[in-house]
Amino acid sequence: MNMPDKPKIGFYWCASCGGCEESVVDLAEDILMVAGAVDIVFWPVAMDFKKSDVQAMEDRSILVTMINGAIRTSEQEEMARLIRRKSKLIIAYGSCAHLGGIPSLANEFERAEILKYIYDDAPSVINEERTRPQTEFRHNSRNITLPEFRNMVRTLDQVIDVDYYLPGCPPTPKLLKQAVLTLLSGELPPKGTVLSPDTALCEECPRKDSKPTDLSFTHFTRPHMILFDNTKCMLAQGLVCMGPATRAGCEAVCINGNMPCSGCFGPTSRVRDQGAKILSSICSNMHSNTEEKIDLVLDEIPDPVGTFYRYGLAASLLRKKIVEGQLEDDK
Amino acid sequence: MFSTNGNNTPRIGFYVCHCGHNIASLVDVEEVRKYVATLPGVVVSRDYKYMCSDPGQELIQQDIKENKLNRIVVASCSPLLHEHTFRVATEKAGLNPYFFHMVNIRENVSWVLDNREIATEKSKDLARAAIRRVFFHKPLEKKTVPINPAVLIVGGGIAGIQAALTIANAGKKVYLVERDATIGGHMAMFDKTFPTLDCAACILTPKMSAVKSHPNITLWTYSEVEKIDGFVGDYHVKVKRKPRYVIEDLCVGCMDCIEACIYKEAKYPDEFNQGLSKRKPIYIPFPQATPMVVLFDPETCIDFKSHRCKKTCIEACDRDAIDLKQVATYENINVGTVILSTGFQTYDAKLSPQYGYGKFPNVYTSLEVERLVNASGPTGGEVITRDGKRPKSVGIIHCVGSRDEKSHKWCSRVCCMYSLKLAHLIKEHTGAEVYNFYIDMRTPGKGYEEFYDKLMNEGVHFVRGRVAEVTDWAIIPEEEQKLTIRVEDTLIGVVRRIPVDMVVLAVGMEPKDDASEIRRLFNISCSNEGFFLERHPKLAPVNTFTDGIFIAGACQGPRDIPDTVAQAGAAAAECLSLISAGSIELEPNTASIIEKYCSGCKSCIPLCPYTAISFKEDIKKAYINEALCKGCGTCVAACPSGSILQNLFEDDQIFSEIDGLLKFAGIEPEKKEVLHA
Repeated sequence: MNMPDKPKIGFYWCASCGGCEESVVDLAEDILMVAGAVDIVFWPVAMDFKKSDVQAMEDRSILVTMINGAIRTSEQEEMARLIRRKSKLIIAYGSCAHLGGIPSLANEFERAEILKYIYDDAPSVINEERTRPQTEFRHNSRNITLPEFRNMVRTLDQVIDVDYYLPGCPPTPKLLKQAVLTLLSGELPPKGTVLSPDTALCEECPRKDSKPTDLSFTHFTRPHMILFDNTKCMLAQGLVCMGPATRAGCEAVCINGNMPCSGCFGPTSRVRDQGAKILSSICSNMHSNTEEKIDLVLDEIPDPVGTFYRYGLAASLLRKKIVEGQLEDDK
Repeated sequence: MFSTNGNNTPRIGFYVCHCGHNIASLVDVEEVRKYVATLPGVVVSRDYKYMCSDPGQELIQQDIKENKLNRIVVASCSPLLHEHTFRVATEKAGLNPYFFHMVNIRENVSWVLDNREIATEKSKDLARAAIRRVFFHKPLEKKTVPINPAVLIVGGGIAGIQAALTIANAGKKVYLVERDATIGGHMAMFDKTFPTLDCAACILTPKMSAVKSHPNITLWTYSEVEKIDGFVGDYHVKVKRKPRYVIEDLCVGCMDCIEACIYKEAKYPDEFNQGLSKRKPIYIPFPQATPMVVLFDPETCIDFKSHRCKKTCIEACDRDAIDLKQVATYENINVGTVILSTGFQTYDAKLSPQYGYGKFPNVYTSLEVERLVNASGPTGGEVITRDGKRPKSVGIIHCVGSRDEKSHKWCSRVCCMYSLKLAHLIKEHTGAEVYNFYIDMRTPGKGYEEFYDKLMNEGVHFVRGRVAEVTDWAIIPEEEQKLTIRVEDTLIGVVRRIPVDMVVLAVGMEPKDDASEIRRLFNISCSNEGFFLERHPKLAPVNTFTDGIFIAGACQGPRDIPDTVAQAGAAAAECLSLISAGSIELEPNTASIIEKYCSGCKSCIPLCPYTAISFKEDIKKAYINEALCKGCGTCVAACPSGSILQNLFEDDQIFSEIDGLLKFAGIEPEKKEVLHA
């Protein structure tokens, strides 16, 4: 299997759901093309590799490793750094590695709150001794260690240097294929490039023509609450669609499934905070001029952070809820 | 033309100004200068006593040449004052003026802080933010736009009339829009004017006729500005012409229709006479109304209410000028400049109940008395009280709704003088004893103090003290059937009760009820009390913060006729100055859309207050007309894909400025933990 003339690639996962790994398989028969062109040297989800196998590799011997998932634990940091050392290029693969993803919504809470819920308060938990995970303890005269659960979720590039980003939850097979072909071609885009078009989703939305010039929001609703027109712009129907503030490239896959864009491709390169951008756009298009009426309409959006920062809280200007005295314990 | 140093490594010159003692007394300018010298990119760092002086400017120019500077930062006063000065200085040395940036350490630091250490630190922070910002500055070019020579004047009181005639006489087109059915404003209601006692009508009505007949003036009375957009040099205005139900061009003002009205007697309060006389549902406001055209009051005309009137008025009109089905029409005009002269209203005396206005029939407002003493007023100039008597004693109470914590704090400036005038006229008409109750006599103006002297010699009484109340409760026989004014005479230190037949309340001037709607319509500012705000009280007293929109008269603050006329002349001169220049340079701080990145989401289009953004259907992308863009930044902030850029406010510039400031707060810009192989 090990053919020395083929470029080596790796896949790794951190805090993620596994959907990104699944998306690699979604290449379907194209995976054979990929497998034929490269040598997969590291892919824990599919093949049995140990950390020591990676440590044994020569530095920079892997052409590219695609890391998916956000970074929450000390183990993820350690592996990310190890892989960085062994790889020429690192691609942050998928929303979690790119922007923090769904796991980074946990940045709305402090660590103690999370642990208390998971180990005490969750309805399915019985934990009378109030046990909490420890990073180290002795058992039968052996030292047993666990990774540390850090105070916040971080994007991959907040931990290691990242060369490229493949956005999406998960990235589409088409983008993955394009990325692999680009890398194999040797014609590399500038470092830091997000490997997807740099305009907003409206550009490729099949409902673009039905978007009115003046949205003038009078109310908001959610997909399960109404029967909505499956040919008309979501925003025009009072559904929060992140499309205007979200990078294109998915070919409007959710819209084609009659669901509004939830923003997984993140912002364009010119925007620092996707949530703030769509908020500023939506709020300046409110119909009413009085603060009270605007508040009533905005109250129809039940979870603003989960709506506007669903995939990017860690990468946003907000990043993390800060409780006094909590900053310093995050190393 | 300019050296475009956009991509060169910044070579920054920094200058901190002492502003005499204004800055240097609180800010350690030497320390600021030394600190900034250590910052990256800074080649020259100096402090100087007056940067805005000629030697100060020359210092910058010399440094640009000798040290090949390509960025200039001056820490001094507000950019409103001297940004232009320094940009010009920068440009003269061959550098694009937009490589200059200004830091305000006077209004934002030395004038508002009292601690030397804090002020110095804050100055350093602001300077550091600016130094970081100018790294990202780019050369920009100014655009020139032509000035449409037509002028819109809103409000046809003496201010509007004076400005209209001045501009029209200079050969320029004027549109004069007046809300009421006639021009003339408050001045048309007055009998005499202080201090010369010349007849108001004699000096005003010729001007009114001149406006009506002037070939360069289009007069639209009974009309209101509905909408205005555009920018200096090119405003687009929509004027609503309310229906009078009389065709203006056909009516000659013969008033046969009024005579023929089914109401034989006038029945409804006459607004022009302050309700002291009656008018019919079809009427003219006053005999010298301009234009001399009758109008209907649909609220009181039987035909509008029941459609059952015999319409004798229509029969009486041999010119077929009456059209009861008339509807509002709209005129669209283009003008280059606008003068707002929308005037004032008088304080509602009912809001000071201690003076009994509305309760005692013989308590009058000054405006009512203006009509009473007027020869063409409701009584033909006879001063007769509501109960039909000629008063033997009259009390004039000053400062009603002025200089009062409970109503308005400001001095209305005209009340002392018009009270003196009314005292003179009442005495002249009736021979009554007249008492003036004043707090302070304020008579600054040419011939005003002399007029006050004259009144004192005429035997008018002056009592210094704010009147406590006007009451009909008699406690001695002399007070029976009279109104008693209770006041502390502060000059002799006793409380006096003075019985009079008639009380005149010298009501103050306040902004019109709808001044704030007008303000929003024309996009200008108001001061705290609600009068329109001038750009600078001394240096730009008739300018507003919106280019090409000027203010004149009492809409800007209480003032008398001479000051109003002078201000109207100034506003006219400002318009003529722009018209004469023919064009104006626009700041290049406009926004533009990066076409290849625009997704065509249209979010920006409805937000633009200047309707500068349109949607190009062929390429399905938005487009900004830079001539219309005023650089407000609304679309830039709202563009959800970050595809709109604004000159001078690009993200790199703003974020680097913020980073520069945050360093002070102890929050360093985010540092990545970078581990390479």
